[in-house]
Parts: sequence; structure tokens; C-alpha cells
Amino acid sequence: MTAEAGLAALWLAAALAGLQLLLAGLAVKRGEATLLGAVRPVAIVQGIMALIAMGALIAVFCASDMSVALVAENSHSAKPMLYKFAGAWGNHEGSMLLWVTILGLAGGAVALFERRLDERTLIATLGGQAAIALGFYAFLLFASNPFGRADPAPPDGAGLNPLLQDPGLAFHPPTLYIGYVGLSVAFSFAIGALVTRDVGPAFARAMRPWVLGAWIFLTLGITAGSYWAYYELGWGGWWFWDPVENASLMPWLAATALLHSVTVLATRDGLRAWTVMLAVVAFSMSMIGTFLVRSGILTSVHAFAVDPERGAFILALLAIYIGGALALFALRVGTVRAGNTFEFLSREGGLVINNLLLSVILGLVLIGTFYPIVAAAMGTQLSVGPPFFDGTAGPIALVLVAVMAAGPLLRWRRDDMQAVLERLMLPIAATLFAGAGVFVLSSKPVGALSLAGLVVAHLGIAVTLAGMAASTTWTEERLVAARVGEPVQVGPFSVTFEGVNPVLGANWSALEARLAVQRGEDGATFYLRPQSRFFANPVTNTSESAIATTLDGQLYTVLGQPDNAGRWQLRLWWKPWVTLIWLGGAMVAIGGALSMLGHILRERRATRRAMEAAWA
Amino acid sequence: MRRWLLWLPLLALLVVLGFAARELMKPADRTVYSAMVGQPVPDFALPPLVPGKPGVAAAEFRAGQPRLINIFASWCIPCIAEAPQLMRLKEMGVPIEGIAIRDTPSAVTAFLARNGDPYRAIGDDKVSRVQLSLGSSGVPETFIIDGQGKIVKQHVGDIRADEVDAIYQAWRAAR
Repeated sequence: MTAEAGLAALWLAAALAGLQLLLAGLAVKRGEATLLGAVRPVAIVQGIMALIAMGALIAVFCASDMSVALVAENSHSAKPMLYKFAGAWGNHEGSMLLWVTILGLAGGAVALFERRLDERTLIATLGGQAAIALGFYAFLLFASNPFGRADPAPPDGAGLNPLLQDPGLAFHPPTLYIGYVGLSVAFSFAIGALVTRDVGPAFARAMRPWVLGAWIFLTLGITAGSYWAYYELGWGGWWFWDPVENASLMPWLAATALLHSVTVLATRDGLRAWTVMLAVVAFSMSMIGTFLVRSGILTSVHAFAVDPERGAFILALLAIYIGGALALFALRVGTVRAGNTFEFLSREGGLVINNLLLSVILGLVLIGTFYPIVAAAMGTQLSVGPPFFDGTAGPIALVLVAVMAAGPLLRWRRDDMQAVLERLMLPIAATLFAGAGVFVLSSKPVGALSLAGLVVAHLGIAVTLAGMAASTTWTEERLVAARVGEPVQVGPFSVTFEGVNPVLGANWSALEARLAVQRGEDGATFYLRPQSRFFANPVTNTSESAIATTLDGQLYTVLGQPDNAGRWQLRLWWKPWVTLIWLGGAMVAIGGALSMLGHILRERRATRRAMEAAWA
Repeated sequence: MRRWLLWLPLLALLVVLGFAARELMKPADRTVYSAMVGQPVPDFALPPLVPGKPGVAAAEFRAGQPRLINIFASWCIPCIAEAPQLMRLKEMGVPIEGIAIRDTPSAVTAFLARNGDPYRAIGDDKVSRVQLSLGSSGVPETFIIDGQGKIVKQHVGDIRADEVDAIYQAWRAAR
């Protein structure tokens, strides 16, 4: 029953998306007030319907309703509740439904909250959102129905991939998808503005918070995913330049560039065509990422569904949406009046350099990710790995950081070198970024919260880079066949293997090693317990690393195989300052959130002032 | 800006999607083939592993007669499945050189006693060094080498009964 209700809600949502597109098209063409007014409610109800469908899927997963084929294939009654719940999106169909639900909700949110954008542009935006949704609803309904029944229903399910049975599954995909798909709003804004030829500061000011919101979640999602992979996969790496990691990094790079260029457009009415282009590119990267994950075209730890037919469907959607947007851009952007120009040495100039560098990194990651596909067409099999990305993107990222340090110190319009250097002296002397904050604080009439956000986010990037550099340079690794009682030195720690015990979990059993760890000569002894876990549904072995976090880094331990002589393989890493990587990621997201909060408060104040003025 | 430049992003997209479509249409083949096919056998000399059988050295492959290199291990299940096919090739007159991967003399002797011994010689590759230099990523794999020591063909996975003829023909053609 619940499954059928979900399917019905999904069909309704698809129908509403069709209606929304039709109404928006008519409304923009004729400009009639009644038509314009009809689009918003449809968009809101469409979002609600998608949410109901997602709710129904979660419900059948939580109830372990094995008569639903998807539940039978991906769940098991003995699984802990959290993973039944999160398992709803731990598979192809459910994950696509979550994707579409967020798309619907994003459109609904725009319809509900966006009051500043010109009404016709807004309706064109909602039309764009509906057009995207329609294609992905069709994909779900015709190629990936999550609500299909299994007849006869099996007595129990096949279970969820144990690597996914982790709290990370409850957090990483939803945040990442909110970020990924939230960028669809920027895409639709760009379409809307191109349709009504309304690219200007007002459009940019309206678009900025939506981009910022999506960007915050994307940052959180990537950070969370990186930490999850780090502790779950058991090889101690936090970034592998895997095609699917790249697929999340590319929208982030584009969104970061967009976030900066939209500020130039909002403040100084410059970079009009460029900003529109970035808005199109950012969400296009999200869709390309979805295609990479869902088609299985590139080998990756994330490519769970290997299915060329579904891949072809998504590829067709990509061609229609991205191709359509780029064609519209080519046709219309010529009619977008050129914006203001500015001096090279100015805040805008700095932001342009930021944009150029981010775009170059984006281009490099894109080429590195797609090159294997192109090479395969030429008849060579190859994969592009860390050496390429580290070697090319790394140096540019360093230049970017230098620009980032100086950028916030530059004035809008124009600046002179003498003054800039004077202003740069203190930050160079003191800590670069905190100093930058003080200066901007004292010289710019922007909200304090937004400014704090800017400083925290930029500082976060620096913290992340410091973590990457430190852990890469100073990591110590030991791979040993440990005998009971024999201490092993790794970094500042002495690790003593004290034996292996069996332990039982909810749906797994494990062999657990007991490691006595002591720091230095006279540090307190504590215990780490890495496990080698065995899951019965489906039959899989995983290794659960045990990690000790200290102020200056992490001790990372993994239990391997025994040999015949009573020794056990142990893999030990000392990773100095590695935690800074994710701390920095969190700071970037928090910075974004502060900036958002500042924006909302400013908005409120402006509204209140306007109302008071109206009363007076 | 020139008008046609504006169409460049669309063009780039279509090219990339074209490549992706082409890749999707191809049947998924996850086999990793060696880049050494068409190249001369890299230089190596493996010591013998079992008593009474010589080791394998690269120089022998340049002696004028085409041969097979079979990469196998006593711990590898598909190798057991492959054994009858190798025996048939041996009976058809094909010289087969074995390279045993991460193995011990006693285990290989037992393996040969149970499954038959198609090998003229068996080299001991303790740490997979020669295997990797040939561009092989697993066991079993079979390489056909022509009389001048050039790798002409690689067969990934066990040789099935219906593939014996093709291997034989390829070996004859390598002369």
C-alpha cells in the first residue's frame, strides 16, 4: 500500500512538473497576471509530492517490506534501524529518488521564498526547474522505479553493502545531494534570466543566497564524504582523485567561482555573461557527476550501479539540458548588455583572478576525469591518478591561496599598489588571514557577520591546505606482522599488540585486536581496538579501523590477516595534523553559514526599515 | 567577442558526450590487457622451482620456435580448471613454459601430480616480478611468443575447452 502511494505521488509530481513547465511557458510569453500567479503553487505542491514519494520509500525500508523489490535487494530485517532508514538511498533507485526530491523541494523553496527577483524572470526560472525535474522523473518512472514489487516476496532481503553500514550514510549523501542539486536553482536562474534578458545586479543579489546555501551543503557533503572514506575504507587516504570524488569537486569549484563572480555582478554590475555561464556550468557538473556515478562508465569505488541503459538515459538528459542551456547562452548572451569594466588592481580584479584560477583547476580536473574515456575511444586503456592531479592542480591551488590572502584587502573599483602593499604589511607580519579580517572589518561598510563568514571560510581553506601539506609530508606508516607483547614504534607512539578477541555486533561478528598504546616514555596507556568484521547479509569482510585523535594528529590502526605462526598483520599510521583537513572543511561551511545568516538579518532589517518608512 | 566563440562550450560538450556515448555502447570489458603485446619479451631469468625441471629465461624465446608462457599458481582455482586444456595443447605439440607465482616446490609438485604436467620448464617467480614485467595482472594468463621473442598474443583468464583451437592456430601463425 505504502509503495503504491509513493508511486502515485511520484506520478503526480511528474504531472505537476509538466503542468509547471507549460504554465511557466505560457505565462512568460503572454505575461498575464493570473498565469504568473498559478506557477508558484504548482511548484510548491510538486515539491511536496516528491517529498511524499521519498517518505513512502523510507517507510517501506524502515518496515522491511520485502515485497518491494528494492527493499528485498538492498535491505535485511536484521539490519539496525539507522541503516534501514538511510539504506533507502543506499542504492541506485532510492538515491535517484532522493536526487529528484531535492530538485522538487529546491523549486518549491524558490517558489515559496524568492520575493526579490523580477516576477517574469522568477516564473521562467521555475519553468527551467520544472523542465529539469520532468526529465529526471521520467528517468525514475521508466528506467529506475523504486517502488516495483517482488512477486513472490522473498522471506528476507539480500542486505546492504557493509561498507555503507555506517552513520556516514545517513549524513553524506543527503548533504552532498542538497549541495549538488541545490545548484539546479542557479542553473534555472540563469535560464530564467537569459529567457527574459534580465541579467543584472538585482538578478545577482537574488541568486546569491541560493548559490551560497547549495555551496555550504556541498562543502559539508564533500568534507563528510572524505572523512567517511578515510576511516571506513581502511587505507588511510582522504582523497584519491577517484572519478566520483572529482564529480563532487567539479561542481564545488564551479560553485565557488560562481559565488565570487555573482558578488562582482551584484556589487559592481560586472562579469554578466561569465556569471551566467558559471551558473550553467556548476549544475551541469552536478549532472555530469550523477551520470558518472550512475552509468558505471568509469571504474570507481562509488559506481555501484553498472548499467549502460540507464547511462544512456542520463546521457540523453545531459545532452538536452546542458546542450539546451549552452545553446540558449550562445543565442542570448549577445543581447545581454555588457556590464561595467574595472581596473585590474581592484577587488573585482582579484575576484576575476580567483575565477580564472578556479576555472583552470576545474578544467584540469575535468580533463583528467574524462581523459580515460577519450583514450578508450582511441583504443588505449588507462587511468589518470594522483600524480597528474597533484602535479597540475596543486601549484595553481597554491597561487589561488596567495590571491585569496590578498583579495579581501583590495578595494572595489580601483586600488593603488602603494596602499595595497601598506595594507598587506600587517597580515604578512601577523597571521595572514586573521589580520586580513581585521583590515576588512575596519575599512568596509559590510555587515559584521557576513564579513566574519568571509574570513572564517577563507581561513578554513588555509587550515585544510595546512592539514593536507602536514599529513602528506610527515605521515609515518608501519606494516608489521605483530607478535603478542612485542611493541612497535610509529611516530611518537609505542603500540603493543595484546591479542585478538571475538566480538558480536547487531548484524556482524568480528575479530577485535587489543592494542595498548603509549605516547612517549611516560604517557598514559590507552587502548585501540581495530576490527576485522564479518557480515552475513551479504557475505562480506570489512576492516574497521581504530583511530586515536590527539591535538596534533591521528594514530590510525587497521587489523589484517593472521599468519600460521600466531602473528597478525597490523597496519599503523601516524598522521600529524590530518584532522585539520576536515576541520578546515567545516570552517569553510560555517563561514558560509555565517555569511548567510548575516545576509538574512540584513534582509530583515531592510524590510523593517522599508515598512517603518512606509508608516512614517 | 566573436559570435561563433559563444558556440564553443556547446561544441565541447557535444564532443565529450559523443565520446561518453561511444564508450557506453561498447560492451563493458573490464579486462586489463598488457601493454607489452607486440613488444619483445623483457629480459629475465627465473630459477627452477621443482626438481628435474629447468627454470625459464628470456633468451630461450629468441631461439626460433614459438612458445606459450603460462602464468599459474598451485593456489589458483581457475588454474585447475585450465589444466586439461593445457595438457591437450601439449599433446598437439605446443611447448609451454610455466611461471609459478608466489608458490612453493611441494605445493607445485602436488598440483602437477593431481592435474597433469604440461610444462617443459617452470620458473619460480616469488614476488611476481616477471609476471608484472610481462604486463600480467592475475593468474592464470597465457602469452604466445613468436620465434624472435616477441609477444604476439595475451590470453587473460583460464583457457576454456572451446578456446584451445584458437590458441593453437595463433601459436602456429606465430612461426
